[in-house]
Parts: sequence; C-alpha cells; structure tokens
Amino acid sequence: MNQRSRLSLLVAQILIVSLLVALLGRLFYLQIAAGPIYRDAALSIQSRDVVAPANRGLIVDSSGVPLALNKVGLAITIDRIAIDKQPDKGVAVMQRLATLLKLKYKDVYTNTRLCGELPVGKRAGCWTGSRYQPIPITKEADPDIALQIVERPDQFPGVDAQPISIRSYPGLFDVNAAHVLGYVGPLTEDDLSKDTGKQYFRSESIGKAGLEIQYDSYLRGIPGIRTLIVDRKEAITRESQNTMPIAGDHLVTSLDIRLQSAAEQALADAVKRGRANGYTSDSGAAVVMDIRTGRILALASYPTYDPNAFEKGLTVQQASDLFSEKKAVPALNRALQGLYAPASTFKSVSVVAAAAAGYDLNASYICPSEVQVGTRAFQNFDSRDQGRMSLKKAIAVSCDTIWYQIAFDEWLRDGGLRPKSSPNDYFFKAAKAFHITEKVGIDLPSESKSRLADRDYKKSWFEQNKEFYCNYKTRATKAQLTPFLIQLAAENCVDGDKVRAGDAVNFSIGQGDTVVTPLKLTQMYAAIGNGGTIWQATIAKAIVKTDGTVIKTIEPNKLGTLTTAPSTLKFLQAALREVVVSGTGAGVFAGFPIQISGKTGTGQVFGRNPNGTQKDDTSWFASFAPSKNPRFAVVMMVGQGGFGASTSGVGVRHIYEAIFGVKGNTVVPGAAIYQNGKPPTTLPKISPATKPKEAP
Amino acid sequence: MSQIAARQRLYRRHRSSIFHGFDPVLTAAVVALLFIGTLLVYAATRDWYASNGLDPQYYLKRHVINITIGVLLAYGTTTIDYRLLRAYTPIVWGLGVIGLIIVLIPGLGSEVNGAKAWIALPGGFQIQPAELAKISIIIGMSMILSERSHDRDEPTSRDVLQALAVAAIPVIFILIQPDMGTVFIISASVVTIIAVSGSPTKWVVGLLLIAVLGGVVATNTGVISDYQIKRLQTFVDPTVDTQGTGYQLRQARITVGSGGLIGTGLFNGPQTNGRFVPEQQTDFIFTVAGEELGFLGSGLIVILYLIMLMRAFAIARRTSDPFGRLVTTGVIAWFAFQIFENIGMTLGLMPMTGVPLPFISYGGSSMFATLIGFGLLQNVHARSRG
Repeated sequence: MNQRSRLSLLVAQILIVSLLVALLGRLFYLQIAAGPIYRDAALSIQSRDVVAPANRGLIVDSSGVPLALNKVGLAITIDRIAIDKQPDKGVAVMQRLATLLKLKYKDVYTNTRLCGELPVGKRAGCWTGSRYQPIPITKEADPDIALQIVERPDQFPGVDAQPISIRSYPGLFDVNAAHVLGYVGPLTEDDLSKDTGKQYFRSESIGKAGLEIQYDSYLRGIPGIRTLIVDRKEAITRESQNTMPIAGDHLVTSLDIRLQSAAEQALADAVKRGRANGYTSDSGAAVVMDIRTGRILALASYPTYDPNAFEKGLTVQQASDLFSEKKAVPALNRALQGLYAPASTFKSVSVVAAAAAGYDLNASYICPSEVQVGTRAFQNFDSRDQGRMSLKKAIAVSCDTIWYQIAFDEWLRDGGLRPKSSPNDYFFKAAKAFHITEKVGIDLPSESKSRLADRDYKKSWFEQNKEFYCNYKTRATKAQLTPFLIQLAAENCVDGDKVRAGDAVNFSIGQGDTVVTPLKLTQMYAAIGNGGTIWQATIAKAIVKTDGTVIKTIEPNKLGTLTTAPSTLKFLQAALREVVVSGTGAGVFAGFPIQISGKTGTGQVFGRNPNGTQKDDTSWFASFAPSKNPRFAVVMMVGQGGFGASTSGVGVRHIYEAIFGVKGNTVVPGAAIYQNGKPPTTLPKISPATKPKEAP
Repeated sequence: MSQIAARQRLYRRHRSSIFHGFDPVLTAAVVALLFIGTLLVYAATRDWYASNGLDPQYYLKRHVINITIGVLLAYGTTTIDYRLLRAYTPIVWGLGVIGLIIVLIPGLGSEVNGAKAWIALPGGFQIQPAELAKISIIIGMSMILSERSHDRDEPTSRDVLQALAVAAIPVIFILIQPDMGTVFIISASVVTIIAVSGSPTKWVVGLLLIAVLGGVVATNTGVISDYQIKRLQTFVDPTVDTQGTGYQLRQARITVGSGGLIGTGLFNGPQTNGRFVPEQQTDFIFTVAGEELGFLGSGLIVILYLIMLMRAFAIARRTSDPFGRLVTTGVIAWFAFQIFENIGMTLGLMPMTGVPLPFISYGGSSMFATLIGFGLLQNVHARSRG
C-alpha cells in the first residue's frame, strides 16, 4: 500500500468515526437533553381528552326560587368518527340532516369541523371540542324530528339524538334579570388565553357575563375527563383515565324574584310613561337595596335582552344588536355602568356641605328667581321666585338658587379663581364622605367608577384638553363653531384648570362634570337612611354545595361611615320626608299608606341624539322607606326621561307597592314581599322546582 | 514458496472449519445487530398486526427467513476466494444493470412511495436491483483500480475513468427511479474507493467538488422530483398533512426523543404501537430502538456499528492485496454512509430518503446485500492472514 492510499484510508476512517459520533451526539440531545419536551409532545399526540361537562350550579333568589337552572334539551349530534368513515365523508348524511332541521348545509359542515381543520378567518362556528365526542348540531330539537332521526339509522348513520343539559333562565314571574345573571356561552380562544384559561376545557360552556362569569369558578363544577389513547389512524387503543364530572355549586343571591320582576316592570313602565310625555326615554335603571346590609334586592337595566338566546346560538343580528347604539346598547348594565349627572338628588350632599360650613340648617333663606354669579345670572328651576323659606322646605320644593348662593359664597371664601393653599372645599369633602370617588364594590363585572369634578379633576381635565380649546377655531368641527361654544372654549383655554364660580354653583345642584351610577346613588341614599353607614353592594349571599353544605357566605361589608353630625343626618332625613309630604314628590306619593322619604332629580344633559334632537333631561328618584326605621333604598333613573317625579317617581312608587303589598292606597294583608318587613337572613332550601309565592 | 502453494494452503486451512478465519469481533457485532434488529422488527409490527386480526409474527417470521437466506449467502460469499469473484464480476454487474432497467419498465417494476425501485416476484416477494448494483459497482471498480501494469503502482487516469464508467451506468438508472439515498451512498463509496486506490489526487478532489455541486444543483433546479422536494420541505401543520414528509420526520424525532435514557421497554412504546411513524419496520426502524430501548439501547446500536466498521478498517489495512483492500473500503463506505443516512434522517440531521438500516431493517434485498457485503469483509479477512 502506498503512502497516499494509507493516508486516504486514515482520512476515511476519521471521517466515518466522526459521522457516527455525530449520530451519538444528536441522539444524546434528542433523548437526554430535549427528552422531556419530546415526551410531552408524544403524550399529546397519543392522548385525546373527551370532556363531559359538569351540571352547572343553580342561581336562586333569597327564597330559593331558581333564576338560572339547567334544563334537558334534545341534542342532535354527529359522530365525526362514524361519518368520516362513510365513502363521501358524511356529505350526504349532513345534507339530509340540514334539510330535516331546516339549517344550511354549510353551517352543519362548519359546526362539525374541529377549529384546526378550518382555515384561519373561517372558523366561526367550528367545534372547539374533540372529534371523539358527539358534536351537537342543535341543542333544542323538536322531539318529532329527533324521533325521525333515531328511527332511520339507515338514512342518518352517525347521527344521534340525546338529552343534553342546557342553561336555562326560566323567567318565572316574568323576570328577566339578564344584566344581573349574565349568560353562558361556548369557550373561545380569548377565554383560553386569559389567566383563568388554563382550567377550562375546549367545548365547555362557561359564564360570559353577570353572576355567571363572576361566580363561574363555583357554578361551573369540574368536568369529567375521559382520556383515550389513540393510534395514528385515530383508532382508540385504550382508555387511560375516566373521571366523573362533579356538579357545580349553587349560588344564593339576595334578589327576590317578585321584587326583581316588579322593578323591571316599573322601569319599563317608566320608560313608556316618559315616551308618552314626549321624551326620548331610551334607557334606565332601577335598584333596590337593603340599607342595613348593602344587599341588592332587585336590579334592573333598560333596554334588556334575552339571556336564553345564547344557548340557542346567537344569530349575527342578535349579536350586533346587543352593542348597537341605535338599540341603546342593551348589553350595558346601566345600574353600574351608566354615568349620569345626579341633579337635585345631589342636594343631600349640599346639605351636609352647608352644615359643615356652619350654615344654620334651621334658619330660613331666600329663594330668588336668579342669583348673579360673576357676570352670569344662574336661574332657579323654571325661574320662579319663591321668597323666603326654611332649608327643609327648600329641599322639598327643590329650590336651586339657595344652593347657588351658598356655593358661590363658599367658593369666594376659598379664594375664587386664586384658591387658597388649603381651601375648605366643603362641597367636595361632603361628596367624598359619601365615597363618591370609590366603586360600590358590587359582585358583578365591569362596574364604572363615579366621577367627582373637584380641583384635581379639573387639573387633569385641562391637561388633556387645553390643546383643543386653545386652538378651538382650527380643531372644532363646523357644527361646533357657535358663538356660545367659541366663548366657552376661550374661557376654558384661560382658566380651564380652575374650579370656576360656575363650576362650584353647578356642583351644588348635581350638574356639571360630576356623574354617578344609579347604584352609587342608591348606596348614598342607603347611608342617609341607615344613619351613615356606607355598605358594599352585594348580590351573592352564599355558595352552597349540591348536598346543601354551605361552603361560603358573603357577609355584609361596611366600607365607611358618614362623618357628618347626627343632627345633620336627622335634618336631612326629615327634609327628604318633606319632599314626599309637601314637595316635588308629594303628588306621586299622595295617599301612599307607607311613609316614604326621597328626592327628585331632573338632570340637564348637554348634547344631541343621533337623530339630531336635543337630549332630554335625566329623570331621577332616589329614596328610602319606611321613613321611620328605614329598611329599603330604591333608586330609579330614566335616561332622557324628563321630570324626576312624573317618570321615575311613579316608577319608584310602583316598586314600593310591590315591597309593601300596596294596592291603590291600602296595604293588602299578606301581600308584602317580606312578611316581617325585612329580607330573609337564613338560606333557603335549593331545588329547581321551587316556585315563587303568589301574592294574594 | 510459490504463489499456487500458498493459495492451496490457505484453501486447506479454510476448509478445516467453516468458521475458521472469521473475524470474531466483527462477527459478534453483526450477530448482535441482527438479533437486535429481529426484536425491533417484531416490536414494530406485533401490536399492529394483532390489533388488525392478523398474525402478529408475520413480519418476524419473514425477517428470520430473510436473515437465514442472507447468512447462507454470506457464508457462500466467504467460501469462494474473493479473487475468483473478479471472474464473475462482469456477470454480477450486468445482472444488476438489467435489473435496474427492468424496474423502470411499466408493468414489471412496482412503484412504492414514488420510487420505481422494486421488481415484483410471484408470491408477494420483491427484489431491489439497486442493492445488487451496490455490490457489483464496488467489486467492478476495485477490479479495474487494482489491476495495473507492473511498472506502475498507482491507477492511471484512464483506470479511474474506466472505474467511473462502471459506477456511472447503474447510477444513472437509479437516478431515474429516483432513489437519491442510494445515489448518495454509491457516490460516497465511489469517491472513497478512488481515494484509497491511490489514484491521482486531482480525481479525488474533483469528484468531491462534483458531488457537492451536483447536490446543490439537483435541489435548486428541480432535477429532484416533487416527491423529493416535498420530502425535503419542513413540517407545517399536523392536522392538514397527516401523511406528509414533515409529519413523518417530526413524528420520528418525537418518537426517538420520548424514549429518554432507558426507553419504554421493548414492545411497550406507545408511539411505536400506535404506528405514528410510518415505515417503522423498514426505513424508520431506528425510531423503535429510540423509543423502546432509549439512549442506552439506541446508543449501543451505533456503537456496534462503530465496532464493526473499526474491524473492517483493520482488515483493509492488514491485507496486502490491493483488490481486497479496495473491496473492503467500498463495503465500509457503503455501510457507513447508509447507516449515517438512515439514522441521520430519523434524527433530523439528513433529508428524508428511503434507505434501510443495515442488518436491522426488515427487507430481503437489503438484508441479502448487506450480509453479502459482510461475507466479502470476512472473505478478505480470511485470506489476508500470514
């Protein structure tokens, strides 16, 4: 062998040894270094989870009457494994089925595809579960049609009809409560990507809004999981685990189905009444609270929607209507998401402010037709000069000018446009004492925070808007270039960061930039009624297991106490009673057998409707009752509803009629919702069959 | 001592015992590989056949028959003096080329996985002439490059050209099939044989350059068929293409990786038993070793190959006969590159091609050819002593 051959042989040997050592290295990487990753990957390739949803817990009212339960629907299901084995992959069967169920073939096809099988963007309606479980085409089939399918397996191979549990809001007593209960819907990719997504399984229905989402972790239960081991052809080789579903826990609320129904009806009637009087009346809210605990006894929002529509499968039209401005956004829960100027109902805050500032609550004040504030004259309501009167009377007849004068004087005392370094700010402090800047803390998602237009607010507002107002003529639209608005813009540019005299005066009668939710106002009036305690608003009372074990009780939570003197509160309570006796609420409650205390509010709204008309006033009525030893706070608001008394006041009276069992002007014995005058403190027995008590 | 006397003495010594003159380490390594291979073929097919109501030992039985025939062929190869093979080489080569032509004739050749590489025989048997061609090319080239005039010790360029022609004709037919894996293995063997033959360096360097260029051009200009391009492309979406190339390669990697250090135990691999990897008794048999025997078991297979190849290199170095050395070198290159291509593909280092794993994969033609190759190594070994 010559030298070159020997060398070549050596080179070949080194090369070949290197190649095999490279194989060993790669083997080490795959099996040892990256082994765990590949083991996980192998596991996910081999196993398929079939999820059996747990029975969802009931949502019941304080007497145990179901507000949300599960009913048995008849599901028509398609077995993907079976139809895929058919020569045409089930096309003929699906076409026959679509015709029978009066559906579109395309929809049936999409419904039975796994989401991964469809191109991105065309996945709407795809099946989020696994192919090993029957895929429902409809959950509420007509039994006759279901029978046709079951009796003709030759025509419908791979199609089956089976009872299935679906969420149902039975609407006993014509109750809707959609904004409180919420609804359930199929799990989406968004749900999975959230923090809580890990605990969900595809194909599950989960809470999407209201109490259903707030208490989903309790209501949902634990789905049963059957893990199947499959081979490459997706044939099942064995079962590796099979856990039974554990039913979800029941939720006991403080709502009363009859009261809820009455509140909804009263609100809907109020809206109708407002419209009959020529007001737009596009929305509203009504809240009933137990003022000794903060528990919500009824909560309604208008307009509403059908919570049962979601389980049936929402049409595109239904889905877009939910958020349509034209339909006044039915999805919005106005009781806790709507922000409105509180108007005269806010004078209760002004009383507390005046008392703190040292005004004699028992003295008399003049109520002129207007008060000169700087260069502008602020008019009384309807520009009426009502002469000299006591402060109590001023509340009752809702005089504005007395408050203008007090607010203007206090504003000047605090330094006017050049405020002192530590101004008294009695009005802002009084509002803060009512926790106006904090949420009511209700156990429903997405509560809006009320807004207090104090000095800090003005500063931050100015920071965000000075660019616009200081360049108003170039930035504003043509429609906005009216002489009044141009002057307003010029003023805003100069001292928009300051609380101006006009701001202070408006604040005293609940106008301007201060806005509250109806729920916040309820909490405030509850505090006036109960002697100063600010309660957290709650709907849930307890979580109860299916066997009756109480696993969690939601106790009333005191958020704070009004610091005002007891005498002030007493005066305020008396003044609010006077409103109903001789003031703006007297007509509405004339002859009512139970003593009610309350305040009307008619809030001016700046702006125009989509159809170009000027926005109508916000109608308020905030109240508590009985006046002696009060227990309930009732607030109603109708957006663009007109006058406080005639629209909302009458609505509140209807709610009190239900609470106290009043027909006409007399109390019907046994007709009151709460027999001993207060909401139940014990937990009810829970059964889907519980029926509400009918009034005599 | 005359040449004839020496030859007769070798012959007698050889006849005294049928195992006399076998390299014991080489033999042990190959026997171990055959044994492991048999277990793996059984593991790859047992559950699948049983669950489909078929004889779970169907593949096992046929594999054992293949090994038996292969061992007989290997034994036959060792008994003939390899130097007499030179006389038969043109016949073997000619048969190989004819076989390669037959597979391309529609109706005679059968197409599997997009390649026309098999001749179907009665009784469900198939033979793959490309395997036979490998042997004939190695022997043919070795013959030309080792025969030379007495005044020169090295092959001339003319010898090299002749040898290349011997290789080129069958390779062209294999390219038409197309079977890129086999072309790669033969090319690697050709370059190795020419290098070790002591041919002018320019040829070695030139051929290496041509091989690299050829590979690049083939992949870029579409000489490689769609089926092969697809095999080279990466995996995209498991739900769309469950039969595709990317899927297979990914499944192969997952299966091997999931084995970990000690594996799931023989017959217990869920990936194997679920048949997630296609062709797992033939081209992808190493995945079975990876999953069920783990790093220890599959690493052992690589080490057994390493031992086998090291012994073969020792044989090539020890023999004084240039022909024997070139045959040995050719067989080494063939085995080594086929092993690297097969396992490399399974582990995601090499593109996917359909070459079996020597001594382990199920398949008659491959088993016969590799055992004949083993016989050639033993033959050269036996006759290189003393």
